[in-house]
Amino acid sequence: MSENKKFVQGNEACVEGALYAGLDFFAGYPITPSTEIAEILSNRLPRIGGKFIQMEDEIASLCAIIGASLTGRKVMTATSGPGFSLMQEALGYAVMAEIPCVIVDVQRGGPSTGIPTHGSQGDINQARWGTHGDHAIIAMTASNHQDVFAVTVEAFNLAETYRTPVILLFDEVVGHMRERLVIPEPGVIPLVDRLRTSVKGGVDYHPYLPREDGRLPMSDFGSVHRYNVTGLFHDMWGFPSAEPRVIHGLLHHLVDKLENRTNLIARYKEYYLEDAEHLLISYGSAARSARHVVENRRLRGEKLGLLELQTLWPFPENIVREKCAGAKSVIVVEQNMGQIMREVKLAADEPQKVFLANRIDGVFITPTDIVNIFRLIQGKGV
Amino acid sequence: MAAKDYLRERFFPHLWCPGCGHGMVLNGMLQAVEKLGMSKNEIVMVSGIGCSARISGYVDFHTLHTIHGRALAFATGVKMSRPELNLIVPMGDGDALAIGGNHFIHAARRNIDITAIVMNNRIYGMTGGQFSPLSGPGIRATTAPFANIDYSFDVVELAKAAGATFVARTTSYHVQQIADIIKKAILHEGFSVVEILSQCPTYFGRKNKAGDAVDMVRWFKDNTTSIGSKGKQENPDLIERGIFVQTERPEYCSEYDKIVEIAVAGQS
Repeated sequence: MSENKKFVQGNEACVEGALYAGLDFFAGYPITPSTEIAEILSNRLPRIGGKFIQMEDEIASLCAIIGASLTGRKVMTATSGPGFSLMQEALGYAVMAEIPCVIVDVQRGGPSTGIPTHGSQGDINQARWGTHGDHAIIAMTASNHQDVFAVTVEAFNLAETYRTPVILLFDEVVGHMRERLVIPEPGVIPLVDRLRTSVKGGVDYHPYLPREDGRLPMSDFGSVHRYNVTGLFHDMWGFPSAEPRVIHGLLHHLVDKLENRTNLIARYKEYYLEDAEHLLISYGSAARSARHVVENRRLRGEKLGLLELQTLWPFPENIVREKCAGAKSVIVVEQNMGQIMREVKLAADEPQKVFLANRIDGVFITPTDIVNIFRLIQGKGV
Repeated sequence: MAAKDYLRERFFPHLWCPGCGHGMVLNGMLQAVEKLGMSKNEIVMVSGIGCSARISGYVDFHTLHTIHGRALAFATGVKMSRPELNLIVPMGDGDALAIGGNHFIHAARRNIDITAIVMNNRIYGMTGGQFSPLSGPGIRATTAPFANIDYSFDVVELAKAAGATFVARTTSYHVQQIADIIKKAILHEGFSVVEILSQCPTYFGRKNKAGDAVDMVRWFKDNTTSIGSKGKQENPDLIERGIFVQTERPEYCSEYDKIVEIAVAGQS
């Protein structure tokens, strides 16, 4: 195999994507099934002059990468359900202080310790609503290693563009499965670098005053601009404020900067949608089985199509509504109790035609599981 | 540069109560920075949540006001990323040793070059006077209306046991000693812990009939003594002030630099 072709785990595809994107600081804490990401990076990062640190817990891991991001580095941490729960407060801090960072959650079965070595997609709503207070967030996923690589690069690009944490919701199945990965040559996927202020030293710099395009140029800790960063509502200097006008303005900014760009942030794949009578909507590992069903049924002349979501938050409501419009039925395939199905029902023109094909017993959902649901909603026996 | 030149006067008045000891700590800290002739651009101050944590907003350094208890974890990320920067982390007693206790001992264990300052007023001030892990038994607080039964940590002993390579204690009465100790702590290469007993007349003082700010500061004068002094031998109840530990042990970021060297050499 040539050097840029690899046979790897999904977790390693994530590492390759992160390094391609310019990751140079990682802090983490061991947890199944994400540990390989930390292990591989402890080896790879020092070779390129980057930094790896194993912290005392997941809270400290996210805090450490936020600190490192403020010095100008591209940063990431990786965890799984219990660790992701611990990170929620610091995640809200990164939202409020607008710190670019990437958080990988390789999902396992929960709640609590749950089933660490089995796949699940149970953290979708936690990624959206886990931290307290109104806010917007970006969360992405992928079903195969080439896409894990690509969305990881995209996660870094979005984090830098919008000064926001980005969550990668992979799962145990994709994380531990091995398949081929082709690493593109440098430059093939465009990278977004940190936007730094052009304001000269000695001139008043406003770290929290958005430009006309909504972006906020940053200044690295240690360089000429000294400013305050806080999780409190703050003014354009980053200093705490209890002014109603400031609070209202900042909260709207935090939500609008992402939710007003939902279509721009949305990433998805379409399979056989042009003439589909029945639409499957899926994401992550579950989309592998959904795709298999669609391709198999097409061979029999049945008009099934698949919408594979890669951006889960902000939820691409308009795109989903549009794709659902012509379908007789919509089946959401996921490995939880309907977390994305609820969003699809809210988006679809006729919520009563939206059904759930799921599996929550720690076993990977099979094409047969999906076909059985499809037959049931058509009034056929299984 | 005068100590005043390190302040962000734009953000005054500060939120501390009249008589609070935290301003005395700030004064001593800025005197130390001034004596060292440090540039404002080479200092990053990281703080958590509480009255003490607001100190970071008032100083003209790179300042990171974070979440409760986690200041040392954020500071570890900054330091690890840019070891050439000087990290000063002021924390309250609850911030540093209740919610932040784990980060405190692990930062000490790593011996990462950070100056941790515990502004110990033995109470949660910002939330209105609850007991902290440094209050000690017998103390009254809004959550200990009959008397506190929790024993307290000894910050000095805890820091020593966890591996801090510079450990010192003083009080808000001893402002010159604050400046002197913080100066040495900043110069020390490794994890430094400076405990500064500070008064909270509003909550600790009132709840415990400790008098006003002046009475509380006088208590620090009368009830503390230099390490190993004759006074201590005569009265073992006196609290010792001074530098308890100042030792050399490889610093974390320097050790990681060696790992980078090995890793880079290994791939050629």
